[in-house]
Amino acid sequence: METLITVLIGVLVTVATYLILSRNLIRVILGTSLLSHAVHLLLMTMGGLKNGNAPLLGEKGDIYVDALPQALILTAIVISFAVTAFFLVLVYRSYQESRTEDLDVIRGLDDE
Amino acid sequence: MFTIIIAIILPFLAAVLIPFFYKRLSRLHIGWFVLAVPVTMFIILARLLPAIARGDTFLKTINWIPSYDINLSLYLDGLSMIFGLLITGVGSLVILYSIYYLSARESLHHFYIYLLLFMGAMLGVVLSDNILVLYVFWELTSISSFLLIAFWFHRKGSRYGAQKSLLITVSGGVAMLAGFIMVYLMTDTYSIREIASSMSHYMNDPLFLPAMLLVLLGAFTKSAQFPFHIWLPDAMEAPTPVSAYLHSATMVKAGIYLVARLTPVFGGDQVWFWAVSGVGIFTLFWGSFTAVRQVDLKALLAYSTISQLGLIMSLFGIGSVALHFGYGPQSIIYTQATFAALFHLVNHSTFKGALFMVVGIIDHEVGTRDIRRLGGLMALMPITFTIAVIGSFSMAGLPPFNGFLSKELFFTAVLNVKQLDVFSLETWGLMFPIIAWTASVLTFVYCMIIVFQTFFGRYQPEKLEHKGHEAPWGMLISPIILAVFVIGIFFFPNILGSSLLKPAMASIFPGFAEPGELTPHIAAWHGFNPELLMTMGVVVVGGLLYKFLRYWKPVYWLFPTEWRLNALYDFTLGQAERRSSAITKFYMTGYLRDYALYIYIFFFLAVGGGLFLTGAFSFDMSGNAPIRVYEWILVLVMMTAGIAILFVKSRLTATLLNGVLGYSIAIFFVLFRAPDLALTQLVVETVTTALFLLCFHFLPEWKKEEFRPRSKLVNVFISITTGTIVTLIALSVQSNKLFETISIYFQNAYELAGGKNIVNAILGDFRAFDTMLEVVVLFIAGIGVFTLIKLKSGREEQDIEGK
Repeated sequence: METLITVLIGVLVTVATYLILSRNLIRVILGTSLLSHAVHLLLMTMGGLKNGNAPLLGEKGDIYVDALPQALILTAIVISFAVTAFFLVLVYRSYQESRTEDLDVIRGLDDE
Repeated sequence: MFTIIIAIILPFLAAVLIPFFYKRLSRLHIGWFVLAVPVTMFIILARLLPAIARGDTFLKTINWIPSYDINLSLYLDGLSMIFGLLITGVGSLVILYSIYYLSARESLHHFYIYLLLFMGAMLGVVLSDNILVLYVFWELTSISSFLLIAFWFHRKGSRYGAQKSLLITVSGGVAMLAGFIMVYLMTDTYSIREIASSMSHYMNDPLFLPAMLLVLLGAFTKSAQFPFHIWLPDAMEAPTPVSAYLHSATMVKAGIYLVARLTPVFGGDQVWFWAVSGVGIFTLFWGSFTAVRQVDLKALLAYSTISQLGLIMSLFGIGSVALHFGYGPQSIIYTQATFAALFHLVNHSTFKGALFMVVGIIDHEVGTRDIRRLGGLMALMPITFTIAVIGSFSMAGLPPFNGFLSKELFFTAVLNVKQLDVFSLETWGLMFPIIAWTASVLTFVYCMIIVFQTFFGRYQPEKLEHKGHEAPWGMLISPIILAVFVIGIFFFPNILGSSLLKPAMASIFPGFAEPGELTPHIAAWHGFNPELLMTMGVVVVGGLLYKFLRYWKPVYWLFPTEWRLNALYDFTLGQAERRSSAITKFYMTGYLRDYALYIYIFFFLAVGGGLFLTGAFSFDMSGNAPIRVYEWILVLVMMTAGIAILFVKSRLTATLLNGVLGYSIAIFFVLFRAPDLALTQLVVETVTTALFLLCFHFLPEWKKEEFRPRSKLVNVFISITTGTIVTLIALSVQSNKLFETISIYFQNAYELAGGKNIVNAILGDFRAFDTMLEVVVLFIAGIGVFTLIKLKSGREEQDIEGK
């Protein structure tokens, strides 16, 4: 199970990396979004995917899945959402100002 | 002894006070106030002279950084005394001279602040017993000298000269610091006295040689030894009082001081001998050879300073041989070289200071220093002429001036080298007297140039800016006093010898029993001996060479300009600039993709390579949970969706596929029993997808990515490698369970936090700090989005500028 998910994470990272290396700003952001998916999955997997109850006390049985990675992922999801939202608006503004989303066109000047 | 502390603090204190006085005393030349400082210090030092002459030394320590053994230890012995008196004495004369030299229109407060800063730093160099404190003062002299050289900062030449001298002296200074630290590592002390007494145990230490060479590098750069002499002629852009003070009497002798001070530490070693005396003697020759071709009087004096510094340096090298033999009748004759060095050191400060002041007077009164335009000034400036004759003839080594005595002692020393049979001197020893004699002949030639081409010959008023006339008395006082010393030392050399040089000999040869024996009786007339014959030869051959100067001067044109060291320096500096900017341009392309590539490649090498080399990759799948069917399906869906993103043509499809991934992850969260996560993931994914779609409304449609095939291949390679490495690391980590999870503790959520949802208890109670800051992140992002959309002033301002 863990191995399978890990391979899936590898595929997602590969795709994300390829998108980040592209010239289009939206693709880059899509890449970072994919990367955060991969990271969340990774966090989950590293915590172990053993069977057990959902971490709600009062469930029957006394074996629960690890609750700590879940708390970490919850934090990470919210933060990556905030960053993605900000990035998207940034791209929007950048396009408004420079009329392009091609990274090769909006690169820095030679003298800088 | 407390007075010495005052002496060293006084210049810094005065430098702080100058701006206040400068504003208040607008009518009085600020130099008069400054003059009191070196005079006071001179008196303080001179009052200690009898005690020093008796052989006493003074040590006073003020704690600075005691935990690191770095303290302001002031140590006054014979050697420091010579330099202390030169610094304060010549300093007083130079300030007096500068009062008349610089007009009140100059920014005098800056000038005197820099000068006092320099004076204090220089005193600090010669009085410090702690090598690190010495280094601090050493760099302070470099900095204040830099400020003084560029005093007329509106001139390009001044800035060039200042930059050059700073680059060279500070490079040497840093090398010296490295050497000092090595010395500390060997001897475990910063105190020069303790280093000198214990260094004999460390002669075979692997750090001994590098430490010596690095320290020498510092000394050579500061004292303008070949090939680091090139900064000195360019430093002549400074006002003449600065040249007279820094670049003849004090700063350039800091390196000499260091060599003298460290002779008991490193002396007696073969490398030390060859480095110091070899470089010194070559500098002596090169300086005198180059001086003859100069047409600017100050440049000529600069090269003559280089040459004389080489002379002193070589004498210290020869004198260090005495330490090889240890104390005994055999070694006494070699200590005479050190004595000659100290003696010439004092003499050089007197006559070179006077000569610089003379050149300053000429420059000031007729408006040029170019010897091609000068001539026939003898009748116009009789006093200046007299001082120039005294100074030049002393430099040439003629009686009845002090230069004669020190030159005779110099010849004695180089002749004695021949008799040495250590350090392979039996073969090379003869070189010393030959080079020394040749250099003396050339010295004689340029001294004659100074006197005869300036003051004799045809007076050419049409080439001069002002009609020449004698300088004001105030300007003449200082050179007259120095000239009096030049003659006075000739007639009474032994007063100087017994009061100043004897205690200095004791500090350079601390192990040698009786410093009285090391101090020879100097006599102006010492019979017909080889030295006197050599001097006669110098006069005869030098006179002939001067007479036929224009016939052999073309020899200088044989040496192409491109081969000069200055050209090399400029070339190196230019190349360093060009190369580094080319390298920066090469990798700082401005393309985001390139920078991402650097980061990824570093990641491969550092993480992937590191783990591979340490053999950290290991795979153990035995602990895996079993895979259920719907997990298989979900994984396949996600893989397909992920890979499909790369190939879709439309951005809308890509975004929707990203949504598929997000929702699949939410389902995974469900499967893995994380209800809160699933909830959040669903909401967030929905909002994100909506945001993407919202953005697309304002953005153009995707164009096809235009990459060259090679770049595309690189991208593919990088992506696959990254994914593989991440997978391998994750698998390796999973295979090495180190200890049990700590989450058992959080299962007490109900008892400890009163909540049954463990995840929420963690977020809101156990680790609530994370949650608080996460809220702040969200808040900041919100404000950021708002500002980005609302505030658009930048563009409007640009439009206004555009109009």
